[in-house]
Amino acid sequence: MKTNQAAAAVQTKAPVRHKASRSYIMKARAKHITISVLRGLLIFGLCFMIIQPLITRFSTSLMAEKDLYDSTIVVLPRNPTLDNYMHVATLTNFPKSMINTLWASLLVSVLQAVSCTLVGYGFARYDFPLKKFWFACVVALIVIPPQTIQTSLYTFFARFDIFGIFTLITGSPLNLRSSVAPYALMSLTCMGLKDGLYIYMLRQYFRGIPKSLEEAAYVDGCNTLHTFAKIMLPDAIPTIASCFLFSFVWQWTDLFYTRNFLTTSYRPFYATEMSTMVSRMSRYFSADANNPVIVSAARQQQLISIAVLFCCIPLVILYCFTQRTFVQSIAMSGSKE
Amino acid sequence: MSAKIRKAPNPNKWTFAESILTFIPGNKTFRSMRSRNARRGVMFILPFIIGFLVFMIRPLANSFMMSFHDVTMVSGGGTNWRFIGFDNYKYAFGVDPYFNQYLVEEIPRMAINAVATLVLSFVIAVILNQEFKGRTVARAIFFLPVILSSGVLPGIESQNEFYNMMQGISDAVANSSGVNLSASLQSLLSVSGVGSGVFSILFQMIDAIYDIVMASGIQIIVMLSGLQTISPSLYEAADVEGCTAWEAFWKITFPMVSPLLLVNAIYTIIDFFMKNDNKVMERINELWQRIEFGHVSAMNWIYFGVAILFIGISTVIISRGVQHYED
Repeated sequence: MKTNQAAAAVQTKAPVRHKASRSYIMKARAKHITISVLRGLLIFGLCFMIIQPLITRFSTSLMAEKDLYDSTIVVLPRNPTLDNYMHVATLTNFPKSMINTLWASLLVSVLQAVSCTLVGYGFARYDFPLKKFWFACVVALIVIPPQTIQTSLYTFFARFDIFGIFTLITGSPLNLRSSVAPYALMSLTCMGLKDGLYIYMLRQYFRGIPKSLEEAAYVDGCNTLHTFAKIMLPDAIPTIASCFLFSFVWQWTDLFYTRNFLTTSYRPFYATEMSTMVSRMSRYFSADANNPVIVSAARQQQLISIAVLFCCIPLVILYCFTQRTFVQSIAMSGSKE
Repeated sequence: MSAKIRKAPNPNKWTFAESILTFIPGNKTFRSMRSRNARRGVMFILPFIIGFLVFMIRPLANSFMMSFHDVTMVSGGGTNWRFIGFDNYKYAFGVDPYFNQYLVEEIPRMAINAVATLVLSFVIAVILNQEFKGRTVARAIFFLPVILSSGVLPGIESQNEFYNMMQGISDAVANSSGVNLSASLQSLLSVSGVGSGVFSILFQMIDAIYDIVMASGIQIIVMLSGLQTISPSLYEAADVEGCTAWEAFWKITFPMVSPLLLVNAIYTIIDFFMKNDNKVMERINELWQRIEFGHVSAMNWIYFGVAILFIGISTVIISRGVQHYED
């Protein structure tokens, strides 16, 4: 529109066009530069705010204990050491808890991706009785906080039974709380962490694919499952991948389901180990078990930061490789309702 | 010839009889194409139906019952229920020393943060949708909070006593030395006689900017996706008609993404309500670890009720101002 005005100015005021156009260009440039600078400042500031805690954590993690009390040290450690990492690794039961977390997260997110894809496709493509009602249930699933049902889920899995079958066979109900079974069952039936959101995303995506693709496949003699697997799935891979990544990340840091369904004595999970590590510190740092030392608050804080860093690093690396998938697939599912 | 034409069933509606007959073999409706498709659809969403009934409706009903009972653990993992009417709710409001207080403290904070998150995510999405150098990097960084503020991570440091202590000290230092920019600005503005109530809310938002940015990862992406679905030809047309960028923003961009505001609002409210670093949540967890199941259920239902109320109010407000487009 500005170019139009300029063109008009050029046509009507031919003698002064030089002057007119120059001032127009100058104004436009000044405006452009001001906006870019302001935008740059805003973006940089906010980005810095997001990144800064990571940097601080990293620099604190290298400090020896006495550096923590030295007020002249802000970012660069005076006595750099890697001992802290060793302490945190021992305190959080490192390789074992991380492997458990990895395995549980992978299992849960694969199951969630599979079940949510099926359900999302069902909602997007088929018409059946009570469809609106069930979709309202999906929305309810997004809205109902899982805390509301934690108590009854807890007792439900502690005494798991289907119509009294297990009581008949073994004499007592099963205690599923010390296994991955509750996790697996819930994610298989789309009731895991934030599953409503994934169903919604995938439904939106499938709705966007033209129906004629499937119709062509049906005409050519494909059956339902074949069409779904051969025609719909390959296109949906990026969206499914992003659901998978989301659930992997959220599962990785989840404390709620881990604390409720998995007894820590059975399998150490990183999130639970991290949340309880403070209570184990004093015994860990004392040479003699009967005489626990008091771990200073600053030291506790430092070790927790390192644990958080440990927790984040695999995710950040994963994210660096997959951020395109993350960002684009949501754009593709274009949650327009 | 025309008498033979049978009226096709309305493709969007299922009568009660049809829905029943669809699942009973050996009748005409059962064999129709429509019923066959319906059964396929149900097969696809069957995991969800089972899951919702077993892991949602059942525990929900259970927990609702629990909130009216005194539930105690019996040895062997079982529970003992005793009906006590509304006593658990009375406990939550009248007896528990913290629940009321936290609820009253947290709700205005969450309301303000939710509004700020909505505005901020919209503004950032608009900026990230423009062309500039390093846009990919900026997008990647703005989406990092999805990872960094998930699950156990945001609460774990604020739950530490040392952190709280340091927070107190730094607040005190800031107050005494006047380094706190927002506080001094605030006092300046209040001296100049500008409505102090509005400003105190605004400054509360500015002070919580870190929390807000960390909470708005998904919202930014949702908004960004909405912005990218707007066809560029709309802007071209507006440009040709002599519309300024500012007008184009309010007449095209804002109405086109406004339906997403509702999605974002709901998501934000739920997110803030379920965060680990929320004091009400902490209190409920504390009681939960003491196995006071009855009290916990009652508090959870109160909390859930408040959340639903919030979502309802914001839905009404936002859908009033939202343009609806059929796609």
